[in-house]
Amino acid sequence: MTPFRYERAPDAGTAVATLAAAPRAAFLGGGTNLVDLMKLGVATPELLVDVARLPYGTIDVLADGSVRIGAAVKNSVLAADRTIRTRYPVLSQALLSGASGQLRNLATTGGNLLQRTRCVYFQDVTKPCNKRRPGSGCPARDGYHRNLAILGASDACVATHPSDMAVAMAALDAIVRVQGPRGDRAIPLVEFHRLPGEEPQRDTVLEHGELITAVDLPPLPFAARSRYRKVRDRASYAFALVSVAAALDVEGGRVRDVRIALGGVAHKPWRAMRAEAALRGATADEETFRRAIDAELESARPLRENAFKVPLARNAVVRTLLELAGAPR
Amino acid sequence: MIATRAVGTPLDRIDGPLKVTGAAKYAYEYPVEKPAYVHIVQSTIGKGRIASIDASEAQAQPGVVAVITHENAPRTEISAEDGDLRILQSDAVAYHGQIVAAVVAETLEIAQHAAGFISIRYEEQPHDVDLRVDRPDLHRPEKVNAGFATDTRQGDFEEAFRTAPIRHDATYTTPYYHNNPLEPHATVATWTDDGVTLYDANQGPHTIRETVATAFGLPETSVRVISPYVGGGFGSKAFAHSHIILAVMAAKMTRRPVKVGLTRHQMFSLVGYRTPTIQRIRLAAGADGKLTAIAHDVVELTSTVEEYAEQTAVATRMMYAGENRATTHRLAVLDVPTPTIFRAPGETPGMYALESAMDEMAIACGLDPVEFRIRNEPEVDPETKHPFSSRNLVACLREGARRFGWEGRNPTPRARRDGNWLIGTGVAASTYPTRRRPSDAAIRADADGTYEVLIDASDIGTGTWTALTQIAADALGVPVERVRLRIGDSALPKAPGAGGSMGIVSWGSAIVDAAHKLRAALAARHGGVVPADGLEIRGETDDNPELKQHYSAHAFGAQFAEVRVDADTGEVRVPRLLGVFAVGRMMNPKTGRSQLIGGMTMGISMALHEETVMDARYAHFANHDLAEYHIATNADTKHVEAYWVDEDDPQVNPMGAKGIGEIGMTGTAAAIANAVHHATGIRVRDLPITLDKLLTRGP
Repeated sequence: MTPFRYERAPDAGTAVATLAAAPRAAFLGGGTNLVDLMKLGVATPELLVDVARLPYGTIDVLADGSVRIGAAVKNSVLAADRTIRTRYPVLSQALLSGASGQLRNLATTGGNLLQRTRCVYFQDVTKPCNKRRPGSGCPARDGYHRNLAILGASDACVATHPSDMAVAMAALDAIVRVQGPRGDRAIPLVEFHRLPGEEPQRDTVLEHGELITAVDLPPLPFAARSRYRKVRDRASYAFALVSVAAALDVEGGRVRDVRIALGGVAHKPWRAMRAEAALRGATADEETFRRAIDAELESARPLRENAFKVPLARNAVVRTLLELAGAPR
Repeated sequence: MIATRAVGTPLDRIDGPLKVTGAAKYAYEYPVEKPAYVHIVQSTIGKGRIASIDASEAQAQPGVVAVITHENAPRTEISAEDGDLRILQSDAVAYHGQIVAAVVAETLEIAQHAAGFISIRYEEQPHDVDLRVDRPDLHRPEKVNAGFATDTRQGDFEEAFRTAPIRHDATYTTPYYHNNPLEPHATVATWTDDGVTLYDANQGPHTIRETVATAFGLPETSVRVISPYVGGGFGSKAFAHSHIILAVMAAKMTRRPVKVGLTRHQMFSLVGYRTPTIQRIRLAAGADGKLTAIAHDVVELTSTVEEYAEQTAVATRMMYAGENRATTHRLAVLDVPTPTIFRAPGETPGMYALESAMDEMAIACGLDPVEFRIRNEPEVDPETKHPFSSRNLVACLREGARRFGWEGRNPTPRARRDGNWLIGTGVAASTYPTRRRPSDAAIRADADGTYEVLIDASDIGTGTWTALTQIAADALGVPVERVRLRIGDSALPKAPGAGGSMGIVSWGSAIVDAAHKLRAALAARHGGVVPADGLEIRGETDDNPELKQHYSAHAFGAQFAEVRVDADTGEVRVPRLLGVFAVGRMMNPKTGRSQLIGGMTMGISMALHEETVMDARYAHFANHDLAEYHIATNADTKHVEAYWVDEDDPQVNPMGAKGIGEIGMTGTAAAIANAVHHATGIRVRDLPITLDKLLTRGP
């Protein structure tokens, strides 16, 4: 581990200013991923600015009906929150399907969005990795990639984003609120994470020094009927091979509105816009669901070992929608 | 046999309160004066040599006590049989992850940081990690692990197989497995003029003592190894690995107590693993469903620095009747770390293949798999023709079938469904040899009516502390409260390590002998009264040559699994796993049951989860932590039930006990694989059974 300094930020302004002045500084939230990466030598910050105690630890309902989740809210608190469980059950389910109880007690909302891929080559400093050392190459593409991306990958990087929470938030049209050296901004969650392209070292659109202060969930009444389905290699404590966050609004046998996001398939939570567009106004039955997700997965480019994710994603989406529709099989 | 009072009762773990309160000390926790900390530097190439190594900048870092490389390391005297321990003796690199340097510093953080300043230039050579059956250079080892013959042959297998009406010929593979005990390997070493003391996480202090004494040219009496509490081993702590040699080197060079604790990542390269196996099984039977020919041919691997040959086909030599038999083991010698023993070496991968093949053959014969096994029950050991000292496989199969509700099972695959869940059931047999090793023990009687039992036995979480106390109490004819046990210290009477399911039966036999001699001495010389200054008597056991000469001795079992497979995703769940075992007399039903269900749980893990993936480009394991190397979680293990049948075997030892440390894991993966086939119609012959295989393969 590289020696580093540690500071506790008194307020967000100071935190942002401190980082802006120190190119090799990083914010520290729960530390459940960053500290691991420091031990592995993957992350080598010279300064940690602890933001976990800043006053962003509450969940509030705003005047317009949105729910504002403070960036420092712990994953376990968010999962257990009554408003979240009743209005956005998909988010609570996603959180509870991730990590372990101990990790959820530490991990923050902001930090969860910023966790890094668990690609084995990214985490092993003895190997090349374009995300860790730009230009060094991607051993995953021809190596061990069973759990890597089938959508939106590039020659430079086939990593997946590991978060469950972010997948649910992508489906819910969440807005990430950020305070930075050049002021505040609001970024739709679906635009917050990037596809790897030629710059896989950049996971998100955040600039250095920008601090997540909150995530807003806009009102989405039909999300009260929503669900997170996570498929993984064991029953607990594993990252998703494929996950589905979905909300469905059916009236008179037709889809009035729908939200679908996929996890475990891309460098970012994958909002299935094409499938959603195909479903709006269509009949709510298995055949329609299947055609819709097939349209989404048309652009899938699986690797040697992860082609199974295509039928897996298709089956998981169809089943989740059927369950939400309450339709018999 | 001893009269029992404490033996057979479910006594709580004697060491339980110490462990849950944190009072039981594990190796790394031992306080030593002004310790220095060791950080290990590992090779990043698969094969070659160190062209140059510059440690000057690391050495100059504040707080660094020493940097050890092959250029300044103490010379060691280690035989080729322990070739994996010859670290830092030359510039050669034999595998990725080999110890090539170490930093000793005032803190672990300083050592880690300073390691980054060591500059190593490698001269790389092409490495070879390709395990295939068609390699022309496969090597026939002289013997396989535990001294078994490499190949065996009875009758004329080829002719019998060729002419049989019903035949099965299939290849089963198992991947690399890493032992991964909860407590990472750790050694605290001090070197003084009086000798070497190690606080070490191992499965047998005497084994470690012997290795260290030999390596450093010391008399064994100058080395003491202390290990009263050990957090699991599963074989990876049975023998010394290179970090122990490094710890002693560092202590010798710095003359300071040093602490070496491996990280989970380092454990994937430095403390062994189970070889992957490629196993071809051929079975032939007559129309009556009786086996006429059985062959089991194994290809597996070892390293270039040390030979380890897993005895994968050994159980096949005696499991089922059949006149014509053949087994072989061949090794690919590759640029990999050295494999080692891992819970039930041989039986674990071998019984997966054999018991999967038995299921396939039962189907081919149109027989229920329980009935098929009963029909092929041998009367004597089919290889040696010796009688079994006891063999109750049939009783286990029948009792298991009764408890599980096997009767009336529809054999048709994919016939049972509950919503999206496809449901199947499967059965497999378990077995493990019953053996004993020579051991000493001593018992000291004190005038206050208490007894101290002294033996260098090991408790790696198995229940030794408790079971040996029970055995000693009964052999002495006193309540357990009057017995104090001392184990896990090479200064105690010599005993074999915990391994081969021989711990309790060997240590217990020596303790029983000491107790009988003590009682006899008290009666003969002291009128049955303990003298005021106490009395200490030594006892011993041999390796039971009578048993070896005249009997075939094994424990048996039968395991029944119910699986549910999600028809849409291929996810496999095991709602129920039930095992019935014939293991002689159970010493402690509480810790014994824990041993059996622990083994069965590892079997679930083997069936569904565990796999280390070799990245051939780097000669390195791609997944090397517990986030990526999956073991079964609590959520993966629902109802795991273990039972045992009454079995009276006076031949094996004075307690009538058979080892139970390993049998629980044998056959489990086959029972689950067989159940998966029953549920889905898909036969997975390459473990683990991950959902992608069920999703993309047809029945």
